Amino acid sequence: MSDHEYTPKSNFGKWFNDRLPLLTLANHLTDYPTPKNLNYWWTFGGILTFCLVTQIVTGLVLAMHYIAHADMAFDSVEHIMRDVNYGWLIRYIHANGASMFFLAVYIHIFRSLFYGSYKAPREIIWIIGIIIYLLMMAAAFMGYVLPWGQMSFWGATVITNLFSAIPLVGEGIVTWLWGGYSVDNPTLTRFFTLHYLIPFLILGLVVLHIWALHVPGNNNPIGIDVKKPSKDTVPFHPYIVIKDAFALLMFMIVFAFFVFYTPNILGHADNYIEANPLVTPAHIVPEWYLLPFYAILRSVPDKLMGVIAMLSAIFILAALPWLDTSKIRSAVFRPLYRQFYWILVADVLILGYVGAMPAEGLYLLIARVATAYYFLHFLVILPILGFKERTLPVPLSITEPVLGGSSNLAAARDDSRLDKLK
Amino acid sequence: MSKKKTERRDFLFTATAAFGAVGVGATVWPMIDQMNPDASVKALASTEVDVSSMNPGRTITVLWRGKPVFIRRRTQDEINEAKAVELKDLKHPEKDEDRAKNPEWLVMLGVCTHLGCVPLDQKGDYNGWFCPCHGSHYDISGRIRKGPAPTNMEIPKYEFVNANTIKIG
Repeated sequence: MSDHEYTPKSNFGKWFNDRLPLLTLANHLTDYPTPKNLNYWWTFGGILTFCLVTQIVTGLVLAMHYIAHADMAFDSVEHIMRDVNYGWLIRYIHANGASMFFLAVYIHIFRSLFYGSYKAPREIIWIIGIIIYLLMMAAAFMGYVLPWGQMSFWGATVITNLFSAIPLVGEGIVTWLWGGYSVDNPTLTRFFTLHYLIPFLILGLVVLHIWALHVPGNNNPIGIDVKKPSKDTVPFHPYIVIKDAFALLMFMIVFAFFVFYTPNILGHADNYIEANPLVTPAHIVPEWYLLPFYAILRSVPDKLMGVIAMLSAIFILAALPWLDTSKIRSAVFRPLYRQFYWILVADVLILGYVGAMPAEGLYLLIARVATAYYFLHFLVILPILGFKERTLPVPLSITEPVLGGSSNLAAARDDSRLDKLK
Repeated sequence: MSKKKTERRDFLFTATAAFGAVGVGATVWPMIDQMNPDASVKALASTEVDVSSMNPGRTITVLWRGKPVFIRRRTQDEINEAKAVELKDLKHPEKDEDRAKNPEWLVMLGVCTHLGCVPLDQKGDYNGWFCPCHGSHYDISGRIRKGPAPTNMEIPKYEFVNANTIKIG
């Protein structure tokens, strides 16, 4: 893995490292050459690792007090909130932690979209990332069911019913998922088991994600291949470690704000009412991080097609490295893509907004237009743009624009100036 | 493609693989089937409901297999309205006679066929049920008229044990 041989200093270190090269790994991670122009959008990988560890630790502690039974789950959550020492704090960290996890992962994903981090040779990193994202959604959904409130119950009913759209075997699959003829105790216990399992699957995939990252190394804001190690790189420790740590502290301020000042703002009041199979809440709305996909589901008037559209919206991301035909990675040098990128960001935000609104009238119309545009972006605009777009000249190295007399990247962005140089 | 002579070893490979596949299948199936409804869930297969106190124009909701069942005693106007609908106007054409054997009593699963929410009584554009989740409108026979639901609300197996008692399941 490391580009150079490493020998531990102490005799014990040598003895140990010959048998299990953990010190070589630690040395690789410390010295790992990193592009020196990484900006703060690159700190979200570290932030996400923090989020995962936070969810695992708080989840482990909650599981010591939670009871996965339809008759007791709701009361046991209230017991955690009122009786367990610091139970309120641990549960609020866990519940808001899920939202923070998604906030960070969306920034992480959109950073990749802007700087073309999904392109060759980083396709596998990207696809592992999409799998992690899917597992995150599954874990979040099942976790939301565990308090056994009204939103838990009806969210579980609606989402599991998506499978009934499958022709012929759909109903059988739904009964199998439920372990009965409706969402009930068997459903709750299996969701608890899977909710406990998935974070560890994610942890394993994170290791693969980072391993795959360390083969080509980090992409960077100008999206060029850098020689490693060279004048264009700095060692991971201390340069990136300190930058990541600072960004993490800023992130934790936001996190703490939600936990301590508005712990319920991202949830739904209906979930403080115990599950009742006879009454559906007036508005069933998923958690905010699933809203864009929910809007896509509802924008299609046909049940099966709606489910297919929603799933395609996620899986289309896995095909992105091949849908984007441009050889230039970074949007910094792609003046047209940059504009379409921001339109896509707006489109996803609009989908999220209409996903929270009732599916009727103007909202439904907006949802349909936004859904159509979402697919248009990936299936039509991106493939064509790679051939049509006139990209800006890309510097040969991170250092080049600096040595070329300009003080920062603004020069590289300045079209006219670079044209004059030619 | 040159035809290779089948040898004793090829037979052993194929036989081993086939035997192994059967073994894996037999081992995996219990792991999958354990998630299907168990004996205690299946045991709760029927429910008896006393409807003697119900006046025309009233709906009650009872729980059967964890799912709500609507029992509506329909008024004569409602029965006429349900029968007057032409089949060509329906997304999922079913005659009212086929849905309510005794036209006065409509017994159906109170589960929206879209994504399983419980529709609200006497709401919506067709004077029947309305699902608040994704806006499906049902008529007074529980037939889908407008919205994303693909089919009419399901009629469970039921029978009148006597004049006052309905047995569902």
